Amino acid sequence: MAYKDEKLNEEKVFKDPVHRYVHIRDRVIWDLVGAPEFQRLRRIKQLGTSYLTFHGAEHSRFNHSLGVYEIVRRIIHNFEDRPNWDPNERLLCLCAALLHDLGHGPFSHSFEKVFKLDHEDFTQEILLGDTKINAILSKVENGFPKKVADVINKTYHNKLVVSLISSQIDADRMDYLQRDAYFTGVSYGHFDMERILRVMRPMEDQVVIKESGMHAVEDYIMSRYQMYWQVYFHPVTRSAEVILSKILHRAKELHETGYEFSLKPTHFLSFFKEKPTLKEYLELDEAVAMYYFQIWINEEDPILSDLCERFVNRRLFKYIEFNPNLQMSEWMELYRLFNKAGLNPDYYLVVDSSSDLPYDFYRPGEEEERLPIHLLMPNQELKELSRQSEIVESISGKKRTDHKLYFPLDRLEEMSNRSKTKKRILEILYG
Amino acid sequence: MLENHAKLMHFFASSDEIIGRKKLQKIIYILKKCDVPFEDRYQFHFYGPYSEELTLRIEELCNLGFINETREEKKNYYQYRYRLTDAGKDFLNHYQVELPDIGEPVAKMKEKSSRFLELVSTMLYFEHLPREEVEEKVFTVKSKQNYSEEEIEDAWGFIEEIRHTTH
Repeated sequence: MAYKDEKLNEEKVFKDPVHRYVHIRDRVIWDLVGAPEFQRLRRIKQLGTSYLTFHGAEHSRFNHSLGVYEIVRRIIHNFEDRPNWDPNERLLCLCAALLHDLGHGPFSHSFEKVFKLDHEDFTQEILLGDTKINAILSKVENGFPKKVADVINKTYHNKLVVSLISSQIDADRMDYLQRDAYFTGVSYGHFDMERILRVMRPMEDQVVIKESGMHAVEDYIMSRYQMYWQVYFHPVTRSAEVILSKILHRAKELHETGYEFSLKPTHFLSFFKEKPTLKEYLELDEAVAMYYFQIWINEEDPILSDLCERFVNRRLFKYIEFNPNLQMSEWMELYRLFNKAGLNPDYYLVVDSSSDLPYDFYRPGEEEERLPIHLLMPNQELKELSRQSEIVESISGKKRTDHKLYFPLDRLEEMSNRSKTKKRILEILYG
Repeated sequence: MLENHAKLMHFFASSDEIIGRKKLQKIIYILKKCDVPFEDRYQFHFYGPYSEELTLRIEELCNLGFINETREEKKNYYQYRYRLTDAGKDFLNHYQVELPDIGEPVAKMKEKSSRFLELVSTMLYFEHLPREEVEEKVFTVKSKQNYSEEEIEDAWGFIEEIRHTTH
């Protein structure tokens, strides 16, 4: 029997708190799960620094990847025998679902911003390079790794296949919303996924939703909206992200100025210089990064030491709402005052904006920027979701941006009460 | 503070007015591919390269009052226009934005249709591939757009012209 058709003698199941069970029958999928590049995802947290806000949010990209695989497996099961669905794409869809996040690094969001990297490039490298994953995919058929890479990169010719993994209502989002809600413990993020899966219909180049399922999709959009504000965009998590980014900036700056680290940052060196090789990239997971942060607490450089201590012991920056338009002159004054107070404003006075985050809202794609969710009407016509649903329309029109100013209040409070600088800083910050 | 926002404001200052969200997305992508240092991250989507970061950043600039967005109802869709406001100009005065002069390439792109810019940006997305493969990819991922050989030829010429004007 060809490798691509091989089945395990007995179905393997993973217990899963969100989907109850993840079912694996294909030999290829089982082998991929066992590959070191996939096992590495156990050491990358799904929600980065959110565990400092929601103590339960310690789940990994490994959990999430299995979840996305399971959702796609169920969708495909529902699609069997439906028009527009090509059963020959089954294994490709399952592999792409399982491997879509393979290139995520430690605390990916901050690392990518600071070191100008893109985890999607590394996903491609893992799929196409000299890796165990590539060896397994290559056994399926000639060119199969490239096909998987194209689906994940959204450039595969069959757009229906792409839309299962990546669209405004895809398996990726359906898993992470529910999983993140479960592990953070918030009561938002729940929606009737079983119902959505039942009303999904394959069309030539996208998955659409049968009109009768509109209310289930409204719930999904609401949950996405609430998770954004309550979890993904939480100001305390953002504070931790700000400190983490500043640690990475500081370590890089120190390295570039010839500073002698007491613990040589071996695993970071290639990140400081240029793009790391795949091997170097895979060697730096969150456990390794946390080890350095812990050790750097004892570094001589006071800024690196302080920032690491804050991150490790959750002594985060405080924040105020900030409007760069109305408060530009105040910001400039604060910048001067922080310098005067001996607090380097490049590290201790930080504006963080909503666009700094990797999550998004539903967008109706009014000018074809992005494909929206389409409802399949009884007359077979397609209608964009927000044109049919008042709930979705009202959410789409809301103001959804903000800016916050982060700073170490504890350091300001330590200053003498007679200090005019302290008085003026606190006056600007708190009125 | 807000360096990436300031770059976008500089872009609007150089372009007077941009009509259409899709056009805006593709123009910034093409400039980025011509080494203009915009940092907005793009991914390939149904209609070519698209940046959610850019969309959100524009929304922020509008909410801050630095960019004015107007919406017009067309036959089957809405169209958006963007222009830098006086508050935006004032904010820019505080900034030393390090961008090359992009007035000429932006003016050239504004003259083109969003369909054509979608083609150009898609070709640039695959530019690491040999020329024949780029064209093959365009026909595969954009089969519904039915781009002609002539349009593709025009797009190659346009890419060369834009690269020339940004250097």
